[in-house]
Amino acid sequence: MTVTAAFFYLFATITVASGFMVIASRNPVQAVLFLILAFVNAAGLFLMMGAEFLAMILVIVYVGAVAVLFLFVVMMLDVDFAELRQGFLQYLPVGGLIGAVFLLELILVIGAYVVDPGLVRSPAVAIPSPQVMTNTEALGQVLYTRYFYFFQAAGLILLVAMIGAIVLTLRERVGVRRQDISKQNARTQETAVEVRKVPFRQGV
Amino acid sequence: MNPAFAIPAFGPALPEIILAVGVLVLVLFGAFRGERSGEGMNITALALLTVAFVAVLMLPSERVETMAGSFVVDGFAKIMKALTLLGSAGGIILSMDYMRREGIYRFEYPILIVLSTIGMLMVISANDLIALYLGLELLSLSSYVIAAFDRDNLRSTEAGLKYFVLGALSSGMLLYGASLVYGFTGSVSFPVIASTLQGNVGSGVIFGLVFVSAGIAFKISAVPFHMWTPDVYEGSPTPVTAFFAAAPKMAGMAMATRVFIDAFPGITGQWQQIIVFISIASMALGSFAAIGQRNIKRLMAYSSIGNVGYALIGLAAGTPEGIQGVVIYMAIYLAMTLGSFAVILGMRRGRVMFDTIDDLSGLARTHPALAFCLAMMMFSLAGIPPLAGFFAKFYVFAAAIQANLVTLAVIGVVTSVIGAFYYLRIVKVMYFDAPGEKFERMSPGVSFVLAVSSAVVLLFWLAPAPFVNAAGAAARSLF
Repeated sequence: MTVTAAFFYLFATITVASGFMVIASRNPVQAVLFLILAFVNAAGLFLMMGAEFLAMILVIVYVGAVAVLFLFVVMMLDVDFAELRQGFLQYLPVGGLIGAVFLLELILVIGAYVVDPGLVRSPAVAIPSPQVMTNTEALGQVLYTRYFYFFQAAGLILLVAMIGAIVLTLRERVGVRRQDISKQNARTQETAVEVRKVPFRQGV
Repeated sequence: MNPAFAIPAFGPALPEIILAVGVLVLVLFGAFRGERSGEGMNITALALLTVAFVAVLMLPSERVETMAGSFVVDGFAKIMKALTLLGSAGGIILSMDYMRREGIYRFEYPILIVLSTIGMLMVISANDLIALYLGLELLSLSSYVIAAFDRDNLRSTEAGLKYFVLGALSSGMLLYGASLVYGFTGSVSFPVIASTLQGNVGSGVIFGLVFVSAGIAFKISAVPFHMWTPDVYEGSPTPVTAFFAAAPKMAGMAMATRVFIDAFPGITGQWQQIIVFISIASMALGSFAAIGQRNIKRLMAYSSIGNVGYALIGLAAGTPEGIQGVVIYMAIYLAMTLGSFAVILGMRRGRVMFDTIDDLSGLARTHPALAFCLAMMMFSLAGIPPLAGFFAKFYVFAAAIQANLVTLAVIGVVTSVIGAFYYLRIVKVMYFDAPGEKFERMSPGVSFVLAVSSAVVLLFWLAPAPFVNAAGAAARSLF
């Protein structure tokens, strides 16, 4: 039990600390690296809760794809982050107010749990215990059966995202020299090489 | 180990399936043919919408649930889906000539319209919070893209970006509310939520309800969340604006009705306050803010905000009569909106589109028929009998009075009198000001939409009974 607690505090501390560093570090590349660290540690927390599928998805999707892509964007684009941050103090009062309101609501909601536990009903379909079925298996059992409609709908949404990106950004460039391999292979000695007789001391 | 699983009935979702399969074929066709696909894409998309329309009409009128209870079809869904499909078809027909002449035609436009229509149909049929959210995202994501469709135009891209950022915020609020509702009721399914929430409920659910209402109010551009509407309507290409003002409004009102009547019938008193407030604020802003507008697209944006306010009166009543009023209001609003935008699309000389009210001056002398149609639309929007707009307002006000919401009905009448000012000003500009140059001939598609919607607006009083009865039956299917 103590080992579990130790690991929990290890992961939790690093997650919170690196989360803080994401917004605190001056260098955007370092911020993204801290973000990746936070993701990996959150994955560790998921693993300890028995949600191994979520943990793996977090590592593969967020760390493997999203964060690395983001890192590339940060390195490729010359975004002036210092300028972006200039408004920070200016928006602090409004942002702080909204944050306080949300915090209050959160406390209220948690308070409601404490005051009236009868309100919180157990979910309609109980989650099978990890001893009976791993949760990857449990997800697989419902994803294409019970939730197949949602799965298809999500697929359509991704299709829209793809079409949208193409519609808004794809441009036909004119005057670009493209490599045409079949054209290159079709070249023969006759079309590619021309033999000239070069007069002495005159050049071509 | 493998639990027995019955394949869900696909019959009730047939319109969505037809559209989804059809749109995939269209995407492939467009990808291979590229820009050479031409008008064929628009025609095929229209044919798809027509087939889906027929499929909707053939759906059963009694309540059927499928897809593990996430998808529901009833008389209400049927009539709202039919209206939505009409709105989308109008959006495509109005765009056909415009996109080509502005040089922004790409084959993705009809595809995105159809995809967003699938989202709308899913929203109308949603029977749980997840299905609602997924349908809404499909609808909104396609809308963001078509708002920015004229991508080399600064205004259009601004409209798209603004719509996207604010839309993402509202989706976040909806999700936050949905998670609170789920947390306090233990279910995302509307019937289960309804049976759980009886009598006195805690503040957590009310919080969730408020956030869900905020998300919904954004989608129908009701007042505290209307800020995006004028900018997006003004910046988007005009046929896109016509589409935004028509089809998504149908789906949005259907979604609001479905959520409040189906999922929260036990706490009517709680959400009624919210709807009454939103309704009054929308009507007031719609009529006051429109007075100063010179741009006719912005004016139509404020007009649509006001109209949503009137339709919400019916929802606030929360009775079958009220919902009947909502259905009738939205149907007539659809005809008035498409008709008005058809006239706006007709304001063109050469390569230039005109979109201020002053450009309409003297239209009665240069184009008497066009001026007459627009005048009828404006009289109808102002609610002058015997035009269709009068009946729309009549049914929602009557329902509000029956439900003891007399104050709300009175405020509605007062704001509609104020709103009449700017509608009548357009008529005055057209009939009494000095005429300008003639506009070009309208394209056949735009004239067709204008003819159909003018016929509906002008002749609705001759035979209102069949539609009113159908709307009544649809409304009763919810209760």
